[in-house]
Amino acid sequence: MKNIISNINKAFDHRVRLGIMSVLMVNDFADFNSLKELLGVTDGNIASHIKALEKEGYVTVEKSFIDRKPNTRYSATSSGRKDFKKHIDAIENLLNQKNQKL
Amino acid sequence: MENEKYIKDLSDIKQMMNRSSRFISLSGLAGVFAGFYAIIGAVIAKDLLSEQDSDVDMLIADSMNRELIMQLLFVAIAVLVLAIGTAVFLTTRKAKNSEEKIWDSTSKRLLINFFAPLTAGGIFCLVLLQYGLVGLIAPCMLIFYGLALIHASKYTFSDLRSLGYSNLILGLIATQFLSYGLYFWAVGFGLFHIVYGIWMYNKYDRKNA
Repeated sequence: MKNIISNINKAFDHRVRLGIMSVLMVNDFADFNSLKELLGVTDGNIASHIKALEKEGYVTVEKSFIDRKPNTRYSATSSGRKDFKKHIDAIENLLNQKNQKL
Repeated sequence: MENEKYIKDLSDIKQMMNRSSRFISLSGLAGVFAGFYAIIGAVIAKDLLSEQDSDVDMLIADSMNRELIMQLLFVAIAVLVLAIGTAVFLTTRKAKNSEEKIWDSTSKRLLINFFAPLTAGGIFCLVLLQYGLVGLIAPCMLIFYGLALIHASKYTFSDLRSLGYSNLILGLIATQFLSYGLYFWAVGFGLFHIVYGIWMYNKYDRKNA
């Protein structure tokens, strides 16, 4: 039980961060606008959550220019993928255990 | 309390993964229409072919006159244009109703991954025509269409995969019965589309309509 709880990752324990990681798990990369549209949150909100994930080393940022317009692409790092997978597994295990107890 | 939060987390994760990577506005009804167009096209093609002398070998182009080939080609293109036109119309409508975007990274990715194998197949079929290997065209269309669907299914409803495998297998079987090419074609592009379209319509569209 203790082990399961320790796998619940605080860095992902927020709706927006969960959303960002979910998108980046199944896409090689996503740009700022498409993340914003998918999650339906404000610029500042999403930026701060991305920054937090970046700080943990879960997300990398790649800035480039498309038609001379700045474009920022985000992708999940391999440790981000690994830890997010662990996080999902931990949630699933937790729910399974609780179901068994009932 | 906490349980509910985690259940919601899991469903959010799943939904976000699907929405960001799969195009889900594809209309099931469009499949039914495509099937009908294909069957009508096959009937017209059958009619055109039966006007030919019966002792002419249908499997070799040299014995078919140019005019007939052009007519058949025209029927095929008409079916394709009608099917794609209807699909675009119905899919746009469905996307609008459910307030999804029609032109985003998921629809672009779906189209690229669908049309890349399909275009290669189309060109290959024209090459078969060029060398007069007419009998292989119907099986080839089925095989390449099946491969294109299997490939595209990663980017939309995964149900598309079963339609892809059905057409692929049908196409391979058709290679052994070349003189029945048109019938196989009508089953694959006609019947399979109608069955699949109805199935998809019941599964995804009706409850949202």
